[in-house]
Amino acid sequence: MKILVCISHVPDTTSKINFTDGDTKFDTNGVQFVINPNDEFGLTRAMWFKEKQGATVDVVNVGGAETEPTLRKALAIGADAAIRVDNTPTDGYQVAKELAKVVQDGNYDLIIAGRESIDYNGGMVPGMLAQLIKANFVNNCIGLEVEGDTATAIREIDGGKETLKAKLPLVIGGQKGIVEESDLKIPNMRGIMQARKKPLNVVQPSESDITTKVVKFEKPEPKGAVKLVDPENLDELIDLLHNEAKVI
Amino acid sequence: MSVLTYIESEEGKFKKASYELASYAQEVADMLGTSVTAITFNANDTSELGKYGVDKVLKVSSEKLSKFNAEAYADAIKQAAEKEGSKVLVISQSANGKYLAPLLAVQLKAGYAPNVVALPESTEPFTVKRAAFTNKAFNFTEITTEVKIIGLSKNSFGLKEHPSTATEEDFTPQLSDEDFSVNVESVDKAKDKVTIADAEIVVSGGRGLKGPENWGMIEEMADILGAATACSKPVSDMGWRPHSEHVGQTGKPVASNLYIAIGISGAIQHLAGINAAKTKVVINNDPEAPFFKAADYGVVGDAFEVVPRLNEKLREFKEKNA
Repeated sequence: MKILVCISHVPDTTSKINFTDGDTKFDTNGVQFVINPNDEFGLTRAMWFKEKQGATVDVVNVGGAETEPTLRKALAIGADAAIRVDNTPTDGYQVAKELAKVVQDGNYDLIIAGRESIDYNGGMVPGMLAQLIKANFVNNCIGLEVEGDTATAIREIDGGKETLKAKLPLVIGGQKGIVEESDLKIPNMRGIMQARKKPLNVVQPSESDITTKVVKFEKPEPKGAVKLVDPENLDELIDLLHNEAKVI
Repeated sequence: MSVLTYIESEEGKFKKASYELASYAQEVADMLGTSVTAITFNANDTSELGKYGVDKVLKVSSEKLSKFNAEAYADAIKQAAEKEGSKVLVISQSANGKYLAPLLAVQLKAGYAPNVVALPESTEPFTVKRAAFTNKAFNFTEITTEVKIIGLSKNSFGLKEHPSTATEEDFTPQLSDEDFSVNVESVDKAKDKVTIADAEIVVSGGRGLKGPENWGMIEEMADILGAATACSKPVSDMGWRPHSEHVGQTGKPVASNLYIAIGISGAIQHLAGINAAKTKVVINNDPEAPFFKAADYGVVGDAFEVVPRLNEKLREFKEKNA
């Protein structure tokens, strides 16, 4: 089985978010970038398929040269090869189109992406990719097994979960649960050394259409101070929630 | 060229979020000078949709579509959009809405803006405000394609009544075997339990509760308030509560009217997940906990003393105001 794991290069979850150029660009100053957490769960699941079922695992990112350390980290975790599509995308559709080309060129059976990236939270790339390559698709995936050419996936739904079966090729939008947090792989020194020698192929982008563009960013209004209620006077809290906030 | 909205139902019935979606679609239609068509799958009585501005309901009744299936539903909605000549589609950000919207976007060659939190800023160019960076910021996105898909965030718009008479029309989409190539084998859904996605109120516990055996008082409060229960990341990582309750940047986002955080210090990743909640209450014995900066109301005190007393008072309040 040939697996492709799509990796987003995103600001670390602790990052403070700021913008520059008249609030039109994300300010990367002082921001640490990491593998998108939803993708990291998927990458670890792919490693399991590699170890237990002899799959090969490639990773791909659509981005500029600055994203290569993130791909190298994925290689250090155990991926066999990395691909970087040399494009700085402005739109999820553009990313999906570039990924579709990589999947078709590489003939992958299983494509694992995160259900969404933690920066733009669009959650559109895996579904669009699946549709572009006419593959099956399961979103919000919290469990995945593959036997022969058939996958059994568990998907989180509002208020529960459902089990689905689909033939490969299959695109997965994965999240926490597809592996446990405690099973996430951390690169060790041997992995880091090996990663330096593994192939990281840079491919040229194709011409793709834009369907949306970000015009500007805005931060939420600063919040007023918290109203503290004496723990001995909880009636006041109930009164505030009922009469002021009108939420109970 | 009406605005098309996919209205979800469960066991034939609509939820409040469906009416929010209809309300929003109506105002977008108003901006564009057109009407609203809703598409429903196996819904029973659709007359209530008219109250929120829906002019026409395309009713799909099909045993094959009794379980949600993203590909088949997307195909049906696409055919409805083509039939109605719809240039704008409004879809909820439920788990199912997020599953099918990207499929529809490719099929209809439409630009898709998810997590939209307000009416379009303008219709020419078509620009919408959407949440990004897990609610740490917003971005204004211009959709440049002829057909546009808006994914509306829950609780971001509210209900607006706009009485009209919704006419009903049976609609039978042409579906093929390929639409069912992802096969739903089984559905496992907790009955009678409020979900975080649907809840008006969410009661959430953190590490300060010291162990899963102490969750009784959280569940009790949720029970009194008709709320969903939730937890912070460390709590789900330690296995005290299921992953499906984990709220935060890598967990579930919360957009409820009230979020009560008990024994949660308020890590930046957790606060990102609850930014969209309208009113936030924190109960924590550490006055320096970062959550106090994000909350509207706070109680500095020991959860094990405060929560049982608060539960008692909430119960009295509920009985009086029933």
